[in-house]
Amino acid sequence: MNEHLLSMHDVTADDVIRILDTAESFREVGTRVIKKVPALRGRTVVNLFYENSTRTRISFELAAKRLSADVINFSSGGSSVSKGESLKDTALTLQAMGADAIVIRHSSSGSPFQLTRWVRGHVLNAGDGTHEHPTQALLDLYTMRERLGRLEGLRVGIVGDVLHSRVARSLSFGLVKMGADVTLVGPATLIPPDAPQWGVQVSYDLDEVLSKLDVCYLLRVQTERQRLEYFPSVREYARLFGLNRSRVRLLPEGSLIMHPGPMNRGVEIDSDVADLPQSVIEDQVTNGIAVRMALLYLLLGGRHGDGGEAGDG
Amino acid sequence: MSRILGPDDIRRALARIAHEIVERERTEGLVLVGIADRGDHLALRLAREIATIEGAQIPVGVLDITFYRDDIGMTAEAPEVHETRIPFDITGRTVILVDDVLFTGRTIRAAMDALTDLGRARRIRLAVLVDRGHRELPIRADFVGKNVPTQLGDDVRVLVTEVDGEDGAVVQDGPAGRTIREAPAVAGQEESA
Amino acid sequence: MASPDLLFRGARVIDPRAGRDEVADVHVRDGIVVDVGSGLDGASAEIVEGDGLVLTPGLVDIHTHLREPGFEQKETIETGTRAAAAGGYTAVAPMANTDPVADDASVIAEVRAAAARAGLADVFPVGAITKGLEGEVLAEIGEMAAAGVRVFSDDGRCVPTARTLRNALTYARAFDDVVIAEHCEDASLSRGQQMHEGISSSSLGLAGQPGAAEDAIVYRDIELARLTGGRLHICHVSSARSVELVRRAKADGLRISAEVTPHHLVFIDEDLRTYDTNKKVNPPLRTEADRDALREGLADGTIDAIATDHAPHAVEEKEAEFDRAPPGTIGLETALAVALTDLVAPGLVSLPRALESLSSAPALILGARDHGGPIEVGRPANLVLFDPEERWTAEPPFVSRSRNSAFIGRELRGRVRSTVLHGELTIAEGKATR
Repeated sequence: MNEHLLSMHDVTADDVIRILDTAESFREVGTRVIKKVPALRGRTVVNLFYENSTRTRISFELAAKRLSADVINFSSGGSSVSKGESLKDTALTLQAMGADAIVIRHSSSGSPFQLTRWVRGHVLNAGDGTHEHPTQALLDLYTMRERLGRLEGLRVGIVGDVLHSRVARSLSFGLVKMGADVTLVGPATLIPPDAPQWGVQVSYDLDEVLSKLDVCYLLRVQTERQRLEYFPSVREYARLFGLNRSRVRLLPEGSLIMHPGPMNRGVEIDSDVADLPQSVIEDQVTNGIAVRMALLYLLLGGRHGDGGEAGDG
Repeated sequence: MSRILGPDDIRRALARIAHEIVERERTEGLVLVGIADRGDHLALRLAREIATIEGAQIPVGVLDITFYRDDIGMTAEAPEVHETRIPFDITGRTVILVDDVLFTGRTIRAAMDALTDLGRARRIRLAVLVDRGHRELPIRADFVGKNVPTQLGDDVRVLVTEVDGEDGAVVQDGPAGRTIREAPAVAGQEESA
Repeated sequence: MASPDLLFRGARVIDPRAGRDEVADVHVRDGIVVDVGSGLDGASAEIVEGDGLVLTPGLVDIHTHLREPGFEQKETIETGTRAAAAGGYTAVAPMANTDPVADDASVIAEVRAAAARAGLADVFPVGAITKGLEGEVLAEIGEMAAAGVRVFSDDGRCVPTARTLRNALTYARAFDDVVIAEHCEDASLSRGQQMHEGISSSSLGLAGQPGAAEDAIVYRDIELARLTGGRLHICHVSSARSVELVRRAKADGLRISAEVTPHHLVFIDEDLRTYDTNKKVNPPLRTEADRDALREGLADGTIDAIATDHAPHAVEEKEAEFDRAPPGTIGLETALAVALTDLVAPGLVSLPRALESLSSAPALILGARDHGGPIEVGRPANLVLFDPEERWTAEPPFVSRSRNSAFIGRELRGRVRSTVLHGELTIAEGKATR
């Protein structure tokens, strides 16, 4: 494993398997009465969140706490983060406090890369701008493998605003790495023009694609005004790309419906579709904790830099 | 490298341990928990022996102690994690912890911590195939297949057919005068060490 | 103070304007060249040994940001011209995007005065095309032209409407040889852009600007130059299509010139892989094919000049999130070495052509008559002597007040030994003389 997790390009296919296998063990820990192990006792994990994302922050917080690490939450509200302190100064402060790992969520693409220049600890990307969200991709891979038994050859459609989606990037890179067949589906304005070079297919017709999918992965549609220059209306989007009851019937038996949340019910997904048995959206959340435990364990559980010496059993 | 146990030695040792367990602990409320990834196979064999002797089916679990190790962050890579599967409640039961080699005692310390998190056992006993000495913690086995005097730096390895394709135990001499600090590969918590 | 009587002995003299490329001696006294030949007798002159070195007209940068007035934390006229001298430059043209904007003769006069006090390079301020660079009302081009301004540009911004640019090109015709220099960028296509649009931008999750954002405006501006007969200069060309458009406009006989930066001649979009903000520039680094077309365009003369677009920014501005860091790299101290390393050494551009693009060609566009050669008796002695082989690594600290160089860590070949400004050494044996 690389010492940081900034992008899905930082992990090899073997790393992915190791992460998912390790997560499997942590799933078991999550079923215990005492859902906590002492593995990372004495380590400090900082959640540095420049964007509000309660679900991701809680998932990381729970993961770190279940590993017995100390957790500090540094969020954009009510800290120096909101008082105009630069990312670099914040990083140096966290460094001085002895952070062993920094989990960063930031609206600017590449911020986790920059953080690595200023801190010695491990950096985990919890979503940066429109770049990547590798832990989301890994928990999605975990969920697909758990439900469908494999990743290789899996046919996955990623539907929606791929252009602005960090989830779509990380998931596409991860799936392609694991030998899955990925098709990006959405309005042509929301598919990056060079996306085929990621090793994926592109389609603008959801109905044509659905019958050939093992997984239909829906992205959240941003409905802020600046996004609306890319398609005429939310109504037209929902008509062309929303997953409704009649479209679900096109999906092969046993295929999954996934969504990274939070959902816009009625836009990219109909409310009753989200609650269907093949929709594994809640599994994704549960698996998120195990996968993040695995990542923290694998990154922090090895010797880092010059700290420590060989084990002396 | 010298062989200290052959397949027959292992079979006889496990049979004897099974008899001792039955004699001293009875079979009521008894469970076996093997430490991954040799001890679990030995635990299954002990359960079969006990079944032969007493006709009792003893539940067997497998415990991975990785998350409880005291050297996490000291090895180059995070120690590999194995499966833990204990499909029964240990509260109120007599748990026989089964491992292949008893060395520094650190693995057993970790295993007891792990068990404690899983429930409140009535008592915990320890069964090992080989006790090679050099304890670093005040831990003693209740059932021992064979006591083997070793040098601190020696590498003692138990082989089981299920994992290694054969049964046996071997000692590899360590370099003379080598201290354990220079020998990270024989960490006591490496279950095969 | 440098000696006013200097004999440069035995250097390879490359004088692109005179077409000279031979080993010769050059004698400089009282600010002018007094003799050129072989075996000159220095008599009382201070001898500067030129064996193995190249002597050529002092470099001229038609696209510099000296930041004064208004942004002295980034650079001042003094520190910027000091950096220029260190890089072998004897003339620089600072852009108008200062605060206040150089959109009237008083700001121009202020810049000139500060440059004269520093005395490290001749400074030819660029005037704004529109008041406040706002793209609407024409600045007082006539008054600034009367004060000696030759190049007008709203650099950093593109003149937004064809109508305004048409008026600027037409209006400027009344003033002898005035050049309208355009930063070609369609603002609506490049809105929010952080880099070139392509596979790299889509993988890095950075908003991209397609080459078409530049090409569309280059096309528009060329047609307006055709319409008005005005003299147009295209700043920092970055795309292959734009090179082709300039090539065709020149073939049509239009009065058009173009420049390219050292960084666009070296780096491509893929070099942003690690989100190095020092490589965030505008126009953005484009593809390998674009870079190769720029090199070719420079070699064949489609692109007239190498211009640094020296854009100093404070450390804290660049050590920030990628989308918050301002675009730009410094370049005065590395331009010559980059040209030697990346263009001349691999045989892409001849040494005389490279030096022409760094001195005589930009001097012509700028109307800097004292610069760019020829190296002849009676001409002002603005020269640079450099070692074409010395190897060094670009690293802070720089002479510039800022350190935002895209070239940090890059191994370069070729280093300035002496810079001569009106007969006086501003740099001697590689070091500042004052």
